[in-house]
Amino acid sequence: MTALSGDSSVRAIADFFEQRTGQHLGESRMWRIETVLRDVMRKHGLGDLHALHARLQRDPYGELAAGTIHCIMNHESSFFRDLNVFESIEKQILPHLNRTLPEKLLRIWCAGCSTGQEAYSLAIVLKRQEHLWKDWRVSILGTDISPFSIEKAQAGVFQQMDVQRGLPIADLLRWFEPNGDQWRIAQDLRALTSFKVDNILDHHAITGKFDLILCRNVLLYFSPELRAHALSRIARLSRPDTLLILGAGETTIGTGTQFVPSGAFRGAYDIGGAGPAPHMLDRLAG
Amino acid sequence: MKNCLVVDDSKVIRKVARHILESLDLVVDEAVDGREALTHCEATMPDVVLLDWNMPHMTGLEFLNELTRRKLPQHPKIIFCTTENGLGHIRAAVEAGADEYVMKPFDRETLESKLQLVGIL
Repeated sequence: MTALSGDSSVRAIADFFEQRTGQHLGESRMWRIETVLRDVMRKHGLGDLHALHARLQRDPYGELAAGTIHCIMNHESSFFRDLNVFESIEKQILPHLNRTLPEKLLRIWCAGCSTGQEAYSLAIVLKRQEHLWKDWRVSILGTDISPFSIEKAQAGVFQQMDVQRGLPIADLLRWFEPNGDQWRIAQDLRALTSFKVDNILDHHAITGKFDLILCRNVLLYFSPELRAHALSRIARLSRPDTLLILGAGETTIGTGTQFVPSGAFRGAYDIGGAGPAPHMLDRLAG
Repeated sequence: MKNCLVVDDSKVIRKVARHILESLDLVVDEAVDGREALTHCEATMPDVVLLDWNMPHMTGLEFLNELTRRKLPQHPKIIFCTTENGLGHIRAAVEAGADEYVMKPFDRETLESKLQLVGIL
């Protein structure tokens, strides 16, 4: 294969990835494509990126396509990632929801949950506040576009390196048990969580309204149009006082959606302020 | 700037830990075992101690028990950093007063997150 055809295959696979996920690959991620896809190509007996792309064109929704998308995506995740966010959730947001929700029903959605650490961190926080949530129906839904990540999240088994990053040692002792050289999360936490394959740009996979939504480090990979599209979907699954938390450096400002910075909780957004009318959201959602 | 005392009989581990900790803007001192660490703490109490378990002369756990017994005016945060990865060791460390526990091998992100958890960063 010539250097030129290699480059064009990289571009073609990046385009395939963007079509399926909405994520645009900048130069800094594009150069890694060949490296991160090496195992997938070897597993499927494909000699180079050109052959991989040809196979993806023939079967864009099969196992190879899912594996390709999974390998290119960034799965960075850790327990209690951005500790100050979880401190705010634990000390301010959850007590607020406990006081103000009309029914004893709390629904949390982790959009783009990767391998589950964020959802399980929230479950740990809720267990620390067990006195607040007694007699409540509490659920945490984690969704991710990668079926491989969801499978790992559902298994609830983590490598030693995973449980070291951000997880307090007291919580490791309380909520995990050794599983060979890995660590298995307790059934009590798994009972609070469920995980589902979902594309945040898809309008049909999830229904109902959530009280707290975390969508961190997802929108940053989208174009402004797709950011607005994703936020419009989140708005459809929100009530007016639902709180949305984005990643550091992400914002709803300039996206033309209903979410505005929350007056009560720093770093959170809600639909309390003026924004586009519902029919505009429909148009943004296409 | 906060001070970290790295207590480990391995020169390589001390070097790696120093490299990471200095990149996190900590001032680093070193001790090769618990006995040397105790002497250091009596002279200059660090903000945090990164503590190996198995060392000659005085183990990490013996160091922690002795430091607690002496009731010095200040007490540092204690982060065990060891190859002893069994539940029994972790429980024993926490019961002795360790604030956090790192299982070797470790990386920058792990140390950074543990230092955040104990309030050093």
